[in-house]
Amino acid sequence: MMLIEDLSVGYRETPVLRGIDLKIEAGEILVLVGGSGCGKSTVLRTLAGLHRPSGGTISLDGQPIARTSAERALVFQEDGLLPWRSVRRNVELPLAIRGVSKSSRRSQALSWIERVGLGGYADHLPRELSGGMRQRVQLARTLASGPRVILADEPFGALDAQTRRAMQLLLVDVWSQQPTTIVFVTHDVDEAVFLGDRVAVLGGKPTGIRSIVDVPFPRGDGDNSAARAEILAALGSTQ
Amino acid sequence: MRKHLLRGGSLLAALLLWQLLTSLHVNFWLHFDRLPTVVDVARDFGYQLQTSLYYRDLADSLARILIGFALAAFAGVAIGVAVGRSALTGDLVSPPLEVLRPIPAIAMVPIAILLFPSNEQGIVFITFLAAFFPILVSTRHAVTALPVVWEEAVRTMGGSGRRVLWSVVLPGALPGVFSGLSVGMGVAWICVISAEMISGQYGVGYRTWQAYTVVDYPGVIVGMLTIGLLGFGSAAAVELVGRRVTRWLPREAEVAR
Repeated sequence: MMLIEDLSVGYRETPVLRGIDLKIEAGEILVLVGGSGCGKSTVLRTLAGLHRPSGGTISLDGQPIARTSAERALVFQEDGLLPWRSVRRNVELPLAIRGVSKSSRRSQALSWIERVGLGGYADHLPRELSGGMRQRVQLARTLASGPRVILADEPFGALDAQTRRAMQLLLVDVWSQQPTTIVFVTHDVDEAVFLGDRVAVLGGKPTGIRSIVDVPFPRGDGDNSAARAEILAALGSTQ
Repeated sequence: MRKHLLRGGSLLAALLLWQLLTSLHVNFWLHFDRLPTVVDVARDFGYQLQTSLYYRDLADSLARILIGFALAAFAGVAIGVAVGRSALTGDLVSPPLEVLRPIPAIAMVPIAILLFPSNEQGIVFITFLAAFFPILVSTRHAVTALPVVWEEAVRTMGGSGRRVLWSVVLPGALPGVFSGLSVGMGVAWICVISAEMISGQYGVGYRTWQAYTVVDYPGVIVGMLTIGLLGFGSAAAVELVGRRVTRWLPREAEVAR
């Protein structure tokens, strides 16, 4: 469980968001939405340990978060792969950092690459792949590192609608077999409602969280239109 | 095919012009009558290729440049990375280097002669200095221009500072490093030849100047051609290695020379 108490984030002395309190259950998908520039990415980077909070505390299973760690993996919007490494060697990197032996990381990487539907592309360089395929590789790399929390910063934001849908389904598919806590940042309300157990709407000076909406049928076929309307209303009131 | 014929023809025409101007002793403001003909040069080149002295000079120049260049590559990359990664190191190390940087290495020859016990070390030092600054500057620039996202990715995988250095900074800076190595190799040749002309014993630059002082003009031209070939070969070698290790770059963004 990730516990966020009275968190303020921002650059230098001016907090962008403040007074954020959140309890993220293990195995939950929590989506953060908000207008561009509202600070949602900054919150995520703070959770990753890349950014020092201007106030408040964050803890994961009782341990305070002070710096970056393999247990909180960050998925970037794009270009997070090392362009000089092949797909396989990109996925092997977190395993190498963890000290997994060479032969074992090779087989683990290959199985993750297979898992995200990129079998046969292991020896390609990132520049030889499409944007969607590169995000599949990032997903494989993140999963290979075996994190307790996956922090995703608009990972599908740069993809076309069809590819984005396929990636959402892939994420849900992978997650349902191995439920990891996911904190997912997006500005797409449909994506938020589709993926999230809960959706937190950020923004609106001077507060942090505008509203937290429970999605009644997460990742299911039920009618989530009320939740969607509620999120849109909360977003609208932050403008 | 047509292109190759044209290019070959152009080269032949230039040689022919040289042969005509010199063999007809043209003296029309420019003193072509003092220069050796193509045939003289070719004969002398052929002769020199059979002497052991030619190879001794070649080996000496190559040894000087390779030692100087290798030291410069190592120091330039190490200091460039340190300065690019840490503002504190930059403040501590950069000022004296920035004062020295605008001084052409060849202007340091007197100092090199005074400072080092033998001319040999002085020449290597000059070569080192010449190559060092372009490598340092390119490396520092490449390191500071690296996108932060790669480092952040490795850090959020639990990677240490050392891991970031070896897995992100060094490979990511390689294209920039190689453009520095390319420039550095060019400047290093200029300086090794000049330094040899001033203070050398053996070496292609020394031999070329020696030929001039003993009025062996075909020898001068043979020396010049040898220097040209060595420069071309070493630049091509750096370029080839550079292309190999930066194959991941998008094709349109070829390594700047």
